[in-house]
This record gives sequence, structure tokens and C-alpha cells, in this order.
Amino acid sequence: MIDKLRHDVMSVLEVVPSGASLAVGGFGSSGRPDTLLDALCDLDRRDLHLIVNNVGSDFTGVGRMLAEGRIRRLTASFPVLPEFYDEYFAGKVELELVPQGTLAERLRAGGAGIPAFYTPTSAGTMLSDGTFPLRYTGDGGTAECLPQREVRDFGGREHVLEYGIVADFGLVRAYQGDRKGNLRFHLSARNFNPVAGMSGRRVFAEIQHLVEVDALNPDDVHLPGVFVDDVLLASASSPKQPTIAGSSP
Amino acid sequence: MTETVGASTVRGLSREGIAQRLARDLRDGFVVNLGVGIPLLIPRFIPPGAEVILHAENGVLGLGPAPPAGQEDPDLTDAGKQPATLTSGAAIVDSAMSFAIVRGGHLDVTVLGALQVSERGDLANWYVPGRNPAVGGAMDLVAGAREVWAVMEHTDRSGRPKLVGRCTFPLTGRRVVTRVYTDLAVFHVEGGELRLKECAPGVPPEAVRARTEARYVEDL
Repeated sequence: MIDKLRHDVMSVLEVVPSGASLAVGGFGSSGRPDTLLDALCDLDRRDLHLIVNNVGSDFTGVGRMLAEGRIRRLTASFPVLPEFYDEYFAGKVELELVPQGTLAERLRAGGAGIPAFYTPTSAGTMLSDGTFPLRYTGDGGTAECLPQREVRDFGGREHVLEYGIVADFGLVRAYQGDRKGNLRFHLSARNFNPVAGMSGRRVFAEIQHLVEVDALNPDDVHLPGVFVDDVLLASASSPKQPTIAGSSP
Repeated sequence: MTETVGASTVRGLSREGIAQRLARDLRDGFVVNLGVGIPLLIPRFIPPGAEVILHAENGVLGLGPAPPAGQEDPDLTDAGKQPATLTSGAAIVDSAMSFAIVRGGHLDVTVLGALQVSERGDLANWYVPGRNPAVGGAMDLVAGAREVWAVMEHTDRSGRPKLVGRCTFPLTGRRVVTRVYTDLAVFHVEGGELRLKECAPGVPPEAVRARTEARYVEDL
């Protein structure tokens, strides 16, 4: 019997080493897997490479990781949190700034076995011409820039080569899930979760509601269990209060 | 093109007025993405009877107005992470599909604020060097939408033209803008050339000329 349901988040996440790369779902706090992010903080993991659309606007979730100095590199489109930029300009954290659609497609491609693809997005800009600082020296200088993209003409238009992302781990949050790892999301909390789940070599899903197998109509499974390794119940303190059918909190 | 007109006070449209003017050009059935700033004022001015589908980068097609207080759902936000509602017939997609819609040319129009627009349609709107860089979906939107309408004040706070010969701020995209709506005028970019199509009520063409660095053709 396939049973991916786990009960102790700390012992499950024990396999994530410091230095790992993590593809994380969520758009701001909406759909962000805070139970998993908090557990990694509690496990004192450091030197992490987070691939996530944005940091958020406070010190929860990704913001907590930042505040505790656990992030080595952020791959994101919209960091927002001012304290993140303080760390970036101080040379303490790297910023791989990626257009939002390119980020989504890189995660999808990585999980779909496509090593690289061409896109018109960012052609002719400093996010593709090798001039955007990935890392500062801390005394005002630039230590390293994002690599210059390979450029190719398709139909008279410039396109840039972008690489698929295969992360060591994927962290997602879903509205409903079953023991086989089938997931269903709710409204715009879906956002980056399906592609973060595709990108990770091993994927942890925190779910708000555990449902019986077959409770999810096959047509309504947004991310099938084939992408998911471990299913955990979201903690009551994460953004939306979970109610767990057939299980005491 | 006289100093007198250039220096004189010209009262153009308010921010709401620019939004209202632009909304008149949105047609029934359009799928539109609205950026932050003036573009967010547009929905209230969409002509009655025109069904316009609003797209949000976080995977919403059919974005509605903000919900009443107490009815916010943390699982339903707009691309600015503010609580949102859905219109009837809405659809939810993931981020990859959301940007397939954007990049694949399935948006009729993206309306974006601008720092600068050049005379050949280059757009700068994502980054002021020295400030905190964040790009979001802007580069995808200008690369993919069929029409890119820039909406902005005609000049910056110091009175410097924002319609320029060449952008000095980092580009969001090259030769991507198809229209520019400002408090003073409406321009179209046609064949790589900027054309003045309309002046705001009470604004003489000479006043537009005096406040514009970009070369353009008067096509009123």
C-alpha cells in the first residue's frame, strides 16, 4: 500500500542538509508552506538556496529564514522585504533575479525533463546581458554578475536561453491531499506550488485537509502523487487554520 | 514649440482622468493585465456592457474588485497580494500556465506604469539603480502581450520628460510599447515611430511638444 502520510515533520525534514536547494511554492504568504519552512528553521538548516517567487512582507516563512541568516542564495522575481536587500547589498546573500514567468517555466521545465529553453522575456535587458549583480562585495563593489545569456534569433526576434531548475527538494502547500500524495489547491494559493512540486527531486507537501483516497475526483487532482514523496499536515499556526477530517490535531 | 507655452501652466488630466481615458479604449472581450499604480484605477471606468477579463500574474483570469471587509480569503489575492474576488466565469491556473497566457500572446493588452518610454517604444519601468531591484512579471508581460500600453505622468516630479529619445533607466523590454497614455496626450507607436494621436482637453499640441524629449509625428 502506498502511504506517504507522515506525522512528525521534524523527523521527515531531517534528510534536508544545510546547503540544499529548495523550490518553494507560494505567492507572498498565499499558498506558502510555512509549516515546512518553520521546521527547517527549527532544525537549524543554513546556507540554503531558496527558489521562490518572493520573500513576502514580514518575518514569517521565507522572511523568517532570511531574518535568521539561513539563505545563501535567493532565486526570485520579487523579493520585496527591505531587510532582504540590506543583506544583498551587504554581500551576505546572493540574488538571482529572474522574471516571474521565466522562473515558473524554469521550474516546470526542470521537472519535465527539459534542460533549457528559449524565451523572448528579458532579451535586451540587464537580466540577460551579464550586468546584473548576483553578489556584492559588501563595500559597494560587485563581486559577481548573473551570467550573460546565450541569444538566438527566432522569426526575427531575439530570444534568450534559460535553464530548467531541478531543486534538491520541493516544498509545497495544498488545500487537500490523500495518502497517495494527490494534491488539490484552492484558488490563487495554487500559484507556484505545482511547478515547485515538479522541480524538486524529493517533494514534501503540507496539506490543510487530509482526505480519503478517491475523495478527490481524478479530474480535480492538480498535482498527482507521482510528484510527491511525503505528505504532512499543515500546522494550526500556518496562515490558514486547518481542519483535519478524521484526525485529531 | 515656444518657451512661453513650455513654461506656462498646463492643466492635464488627473490620474483618474488618465485611467478613464484609457478605459474607453478597452473593448468587449479583451483579456487585460493591469500593473500597479494608475492602471489599478482603470476597472471602475470600464464602459458598461464591455466584458473585460482581468488577468493577474498569480494565476487568476477574471479578477474582480476587492472584497468587503471581513470577507477576505487568504487563498484569493491579486498580483499585488491584496485580497481579491472573482467575476463570474473566472478561472484559476498555476504560475506556469499564467505566464503561458502572457508569453504566448493570449493577452490582448497589458497596461503598465512607466519610468520612461523611448521614441522607438522601449520601456523602462522595473528598476531605478541604487534602489531595491524587483522585476515580477513585467518583462514577461511586455514580451508577450499583443499590445503594451504605458500609462504615466507626462513628466517626472522635477518636470523632466518621461517620453525620451533613449531610456536612461534599465530597460524592461526593447521596442515593446504600442501606446502611451499621459495626463497630456495619447501616443501610438506605429512602424517603430511615435505618433501623437490626441491631446487632453484644453492642452495645446505645443505644450505637449515642449514637455516631450522624444521625436514624434503629429497625427491628430
